Amino acid sequence: MSIAPARIAVVGAGPAGIRAVETLLAHGVRPVWIDEAPRTGGQIYRRPPENFRRDAHALYGFESGKAQRLHRSADAAASRADYHPSTLVWDIAEGALHTVGPAGSRAIPFEAAILATGATDRIIPLPGWTLPGVYTLGGAQTALKAQGVAIGRRCLFFGTGPLLYLTAYQYAKAGAGVAAVLDTGPASAKRRALPELLTNGSMFAKGLYYLAWLRSRGIRIESGIDPLAIRGGAQVAGFSFRDSRGRGAEIDADAIAFGYHLRSETQLADLAGCRFAFEAVERQWLPERDEAGRAIGTPGIYLAGDGAGITGADAAEATGERAALALLADRGMSVSATRCADLERKLAQARRFRNGLATAFPFPAYLARKMNDETILCRCEAVTAGTLRASIGGIAASELNRAKAFARVGMGRCQGRVCGNAAAEVLASALNCDIGSVGRLRSQPPVKPLPVGLL
Amino acid sequence: MSETAQAGRFRRLAESGRRRIQLTVGDGRIEAMEGDSLLTALLLAGQHLRQSEFGDGPRAGFCLMGACQDCWVSLCDGRRVRACTTPAEDGMVLEAIP
Repeated sequence: MSIAPARIAVVGAGPAGIRAVETLLAHGVRPVWIDEAPRTGGQIYRRPPENFRRDAHALYGFESGKAQRLHRSADAAASRADYHPSTLVWDIAEGALHTVGPAGSRAIPFEAAILATGATDRIIPLPGWTLPGVYTLGGAQTALKAQGVAIGRRCLFFGTGPLLYLTAYQYAKAGAGVAAVLDTGPASAKRRALPELLTNGSMFAKGLYYLAWLRSRGIRIESGIDPLAIRGGAQVAGFSFRDSRGRGAEIDADAIAFGYHLRSETQLADLAGCRFAFEAVERQWLPERDEAGRAIGTPGIYLAGDGAGITGADAAEATGERAALALLADRGMSVSATRCADLERKLAQARRFRNGLATAFPFPAYLARKMNDETILCRCEAVTAGTLRASIGGIAASELNRAKAFARVGMGRCQGRVCGNAAAEVLASALNCDIGSVGRLRSQPPVKPLPVGLL
Repeated sequence: MSETAQAGRFRRLAESGRRRIQLTVGDGRIEAMEGDSLLTALLLAGQHLRQSEFGDGPRAGFCLMGACQDCWVSLCDGRRVRACTTPAEDGMVLEAIP
C-alpha cells in the first residue's frame, strides 16, 4: 500500500464521514480515513459481516435505496482514500490523531480533520436497568440489523423518540415477539408538533406508517406513560409504569430496550480543544461550530454528523459534504458556492424537523430529577443517585467534574457516555439550578479502554 | 438451529445458514456461526456475560455498539475483549462465565 503524506483526516465512516471523504476525493484530496468499525456505514446504515445474506430491503426497509447508494459511495471512497477500518482514535493531541488498530498503535499527524463521531442512545437510569436483558433502543436495533438476532422472546420497548417506534416495528416485522411500545411523550405533544413535523412530509409519513403497522398487529402502544421500574431478579421479568391517567400497570417481558433520543459523541472534539456551548434543544454541551461545520476557535477542526448535534442521517450526509467543502475552501481551493448554499438550506430545514421531533417526543428530564436515591446511576461502577446527591453536601460539588471526583460518577470505563447526561440532570435538580450551569464531564484519553500492552 | 442456541437470552431470527463454529467456555462448548460477535454467541447460549465487580449482579451488555464497555469478557490466552465488537472465532477459548 502506498501512503502519501496524509495531512487531511476524517474520523468516522457513517453518513457524514462517507460524504466528507467522497467530497475531498472529488476535489483531488486523498484523506486518511479512520473508523472504529470493520465496515463503513456507521450505525444507522450499519452493515452486517460479509457472510450475511439478507438483502438491503430486509435490513434498511424504506431507507434501502439510500443505504445502498451510500454503501456504494463508501466502497468507492474507501478504495481511493487511505482508509483504516477497525481503528480507534483514542486521543487528539499535539496535531496528531493517536490511533490503535490491527496494525498496532500509531500517531497520525494532521493539518485539518473532520470529526464525524456519531451518537449513542440517551439514557435515564431507572431501577432494574442494569439487569441482563435490558438494552438501549439502538443496541436492540443493532442486534437485529448486524447480527440477525432479537434481544429476547418477548421484547418491550419504552422511552421516547423516533427510534422507539422504528425499532419496535423492525422487531415485529422480523418475527420477534413485541410485548408493548410505551412512549413517555404525551399524545398532545405530537399534535402540537404537527406543523414542524410536516416540514419533512416523507419522514413524517414513515413514522405514521410504523405506528399504523404496529397497531394493526394488535401490539399495545401507549403515550404519556411514566416509567417506574424494570422488574426482575437475576434477569428481566417485566416493566412497571403508570399509564397516562396515572394508573399503575405491569407488563411481563424477558427483554427490554429503552432510550430517550440520542446524544452526540463529543469526546474527540473536546480533546481536540474545541470550545463547547450548552444547546437547549439538545439539552447537551456541544462543540461550537459555524453553519459550515468549522469548529469556532479551533482552526483546522471541522464537525459533521450527529456527533455535532442530532439532526439525523440525511442531514449527516449534508453536514459531511458541507464540512469537507469548508475545509477545501479554507485551504484555498475553489468550491461551488451554490452547492454550499443548497446544503445549508437543507440543514436549516433538517433543524426545523429536529425541533418538531423534540416537541413531539419531549425529553423527560423530570425522570432524572425524581430518580430514587437507591437507583444505580453509573452502571460502570454501580454508583447510586444518592451517592451523587450526597457529594453535594459540605464539599460544594456544584459542578459535574467535582461531583465526579467525589462520587466517581462518570469515572468508569465508559467515561460517562451512558450516565453523564442523566448525572447532570440529577446534580442540577439537587442544586436547584439550571442544567446548563452544572457543566459537563471533561473527556480524558484514551476515550475508550485500550488493550493492555498496546501503548 | 441447535437446541443450545435457543436456550439463551437472544433469539436468532435470520441468517441461520452460515458456517457453524465451536467455542469453549470454561468446561463447556457452545456452537455459534461465523460472523456472530462474541456477545451474540454467548447470549444465544447463555443468560449473561459477567458479574459486576461492584456486587450488583450479572451483566449482559447494554449498548451493543462499543460505547458502554459493559460486555468485557476474558479469553484463556489472557486477553480481555469487548464482546460486542469482537468476532467469535472457531476454536476460541473463554474463561468460564461466573
